[in-house]
Amino acid sequence: MEAAAAAAAAAAAAAAAAGGGCGSGPPPLLLSEGEQQCYSELFARCAGAAGGGAGSGPPEAARVAPGTATAAAGPVADLFRASQLPAETLHQITELCGAKRVGYFGATQFYIALKLIAAAQSGLPVRRESIKCELPLPRFMMSKNDGEIRFGNPAELHGTKVQIPYLTTEKNSFKRMDDEDKQQETQSPTMSPLASPPSSPPHYQRVPLSHGYSKLRSSAEQIHPAPYEARQPLVQPEGSSSGGPGTKPLRHQASLIRSFSVERELQDNSSYPDEPWRITEEQREYYVNQFRSLQPDPSSFISGSVAKNFFTKSKLSIPELSYIWELSDADCDGALTLPEFCAAFHLIVARKNGYPLPEGLPPTLQPEYLQAAFPKPKWDCQLFDSYSESLPANQQPRDLNRMEKTSVKDMADLPVPTQDVTSDDKQALKSTINEALSKDVSEDPATKSGLLPPPPALPPRPCPSQSEQVSEAELLPQLSRAPSQAAEGSPAKKDVPYSQPPSKPIRRKFRPENQATENQEPSTASSGPASAATMKPHPTVQKQSSKQKKAIQTAIRKNKEANAVLARLNSELQQQLKEVHQERIALENQLEQLRPVTVL
Amino acid sequence: MAVCIAVIAKENYPLYIRSTPTENELKFHYMVHTSLDVVDEKISAMGKALVDQRELYLGLLYPTEDYKVYGYVTNSKVKFVMVVDSSNTALRDNEIRSMFRKLHNSYTDVMCNPFYNPGDRIQSSGSVSLSRAFDNMVTSMMIQVC
Repeated sequence: MEAAAAAAAAAAAAAAAAGGGCGSGPPPLLLSEGEQQCYSELFARCAGAAGGGAGSGPPEAARVAPGTATAAAGPVADLFRASQLPAETLHQITELCGAKRVGYFGATQFYIALKLIAAAQSGLPVRRESIKCELPLPRFMMSKNDGEIRFGNPAELHGTKVQIPYLTTEKNSFKRMDDEDKQQETQSPTMSPLASPPSSPPHYQRVPLSHGYSKLRSSAEQIHPAPYEARQPLVQPEGSSSGGPGTKPLRHQASLIRSFSVERELQDNSSYPDEPWRITEEQREYYVNQFRSLQPDPSSFISGSVAKNFFTKSKLSIPELSYIWELSDADCDGALTLPEFCAAFHLIVARKNGYPLPEGLPPTLQPEYLQAAFPKPKWDCQLFDSYSESLPANQQPRDLNRMEKTSVKDMADLPVPTQDVTSDDKQALKSTINEALSKDVSEDPATKSGLLPPPPALPPRPCPSQSEQVSEAELLPQLSRAPSQAAEGSPAKKDVPYSQPPSKPIRRKFRPENQATENQEPSTASSGPASAATMKPHPTVQKQSSKQKKAIQTAIRKNKEANAVLARLNSELQQQLKEVHQERIALENQLEQLRPVTVL
Repeated sequence: MAVCIAVIAKENYPLYIRSTPTENELKFHYMVHTSLDVVDEKISAMGKALVDQRELYLGLLYPTEDYKVYGYVTNSKVKFVMVVDSSNTALRDNEIRSMFRKLHNSYTDVMCNPFYNPGDRIQSSGSVSLSRAFDNMVTSMMIQVC
C-alpha cells in the first residue's frame, strides 16, 4: 500500500483508471463527527455545484463516472485554492487522495483531500499518515454569493459563518473558461464551517492575482467582453460577506471579518470597515489601465457617453448602471475622473459578483479617499500631468476653466514648486513613458471608441505655472465639489465646459450656496496634498513670470464675475429681508388686535 | 411643503409627477395639466431674453380655492409645476424659488447620468431606481404637508 501511495504521489499525470479505486488505495479514514458533517456538506456543495451546471469542466477531471456522486473538479479546485495552500501542496494533496489516479473526486477522495488540507494548514507534512491524526477542520476562504447560499454549521466553533471572498485567479493553471468561472462564482458553495480565519493569508493571493492581472492587461486589446469576464475574478481579497448593508442578517460576524480583513490588507487604513468596497492595489492598477485605455491622460475625464458604452458592456441592467453612476459621479458633472471611474468600476465588479449595491457611496470609494490612499498612481498622474500640455486643443479650454476655478483660492495655498529638484528625473522618465504611452495608444485601437485623439509624441510645453495650476486644478475638482462660490460661478458664465451639459452654469452657481460651507474644510484639507503632489513635474522656470501675469489677469476677471454673482445674491437676500420685515409687522398688528380680547 | 410636484417635458408630457397620497391624485394631475396653458402664456409673453434665472421662475400661475400653483421653466423648455396648499400660510415667494432651484439642480443631476435618456420618465419605482437622489429631494420637499 505504501508503494502504491508513493507511486501515486510521484506520478505526474495519472493514467486512466476506470472505475473507482475507492477502496483500494487510501487507508480507511476516521473522521470525527464534526469533520464528517463538514466534509459531507462540502462534498454535497461541490457535487451539487457540479450537477448544477459547471458543465464545461476542464477535461482533465472530466471523467466523471456516471452514477457515482462526484464533485466536479471546478468547484473542488476553487475550494482547494480557497484553502490558501501553495499550489504544489495542493497538487500533492490531489495526487495523494487518489483523485488523480481515478480521475475524479469521489467521496472518499474528497474527504481525504480535505483532511490533507487540514493537515497542511496545521503545518503537518502532506502524507498519508497525517490523515490519521486528530486535526482541526480545514479552513477555507470563500465568498458568499447572492446571500441565499448561506451555510450553517452548528458544530463550528464560533457558531458563525465566516464568509470571506476568494480568488479565482489561477487562470493560468486552470482552463481559461470565463463562463465556467462565472458559473462557479455564482454557484460556489459558501463554505461556512470555518475555524478562525488563517492569520497569514495574503502573500499567496497577491502573487497569483498580479500574475492574473498582468495577463489581463496584456490582453487589453482584445474584445471587450474579455476584460469584463476576466474581471470576475476580481472578487476582491477584501473580506466580508456583509457587503450588502442590512441585507445580510449575519452582521455579528462583521467584527470577525473586519479584524480579518484589517490584517489582510497590507496598505490598510484600518479606519474603514467596509471591506468589500475597498480597492486593492492590483485592482487599482487594473482600473487605471482601463481608464487609460479609454482616456490617455489619467488626470483628465472620461465623458459620459464613453463611460456609458464601456460600462454597458458589463451587461448589467441599465437601472443598475445608472444607479452606480449616481453613486460614483460624486460631483455630478456627467464625466468620470480617475477616482470616480475606479469607484464605478469597483461597484460594477462587486455587483457582478453578487454584492448588492450600497445605499450610498462607501467611504473607501469616495474620491478623496481614493486619491489619498493610493499615492503611487497619483505619481503616475504627475508624470502624465506633464502630458496635459500635450492635450489636444479642445481639452485646453476646459483646463483653463478648471484653472480659473481654483487659481485664486489656491495660489495662496500653492507651495513653492519643487520642479527644479525633480526636473531631470522627470524628463528622463518622460521620454520613456512617452514611448510607452504611444505604444499603449497604438495597441488599443479597438478600445478607444469615441475618444479624444492621442497626445502627440513629444509634448510642447506652454508654461509650468499654468500647467501646474491646470493639473492641480484638475485634481482639485475631483476632491472638492465647490471650492468657492466665486470660483464656481465665474467660469460657468464665461466658458462653456466642454463635455458637460449646457445647463450646468445655472446649477453650478447655486450649488455653492448649499455646499460651500460643507466643502470648505475637506477641500482645503485635501488641496494640500493634492497641490503638493502635482507641483513636481513642471520644469521650465523661464516662462513662469509671463504665465503668472496671465494667471493674474484671469484671476481678476474671475473676481469680477464673482462680484457680480455676489451682488445678485445680495439683492435677493435683501428682498427676502424686506418680506420678513413685512411679515413681522403684520404679525405684530395681529397681536395688537388680539390683545384686548385676552384681557377680557 | 408642496402638495404636488411635476416635471413636464418640452412636448408637454409628464416626466415625473408626485403628489401626497392623502388626496385624490387625479385632481392634481388635472391641475397640473391645466396649468400648462398658463405656463405657455407666460413663456410667450416674456420674449426672447431668458438667460436670467429670474425669468425662469414664473411665479404664481393661478390660485384656486384650496391650492396655489407655481411654475418654473428651464432653458430647454422643461417645466416644473408645484402645487401648494393655500392653508399653508404664507409660504414666501423666495422659498418657492429656492425649492424650484433645488428641483432644477436635481434635475440636471439626473440629466448628467449618461444612462438617462432625455425624454424618459424619471423612474421612481423599483429597488434600484434611476434617480434616487431626485426622489429623495422631492420627498423632502413634500414631507411637511399637514
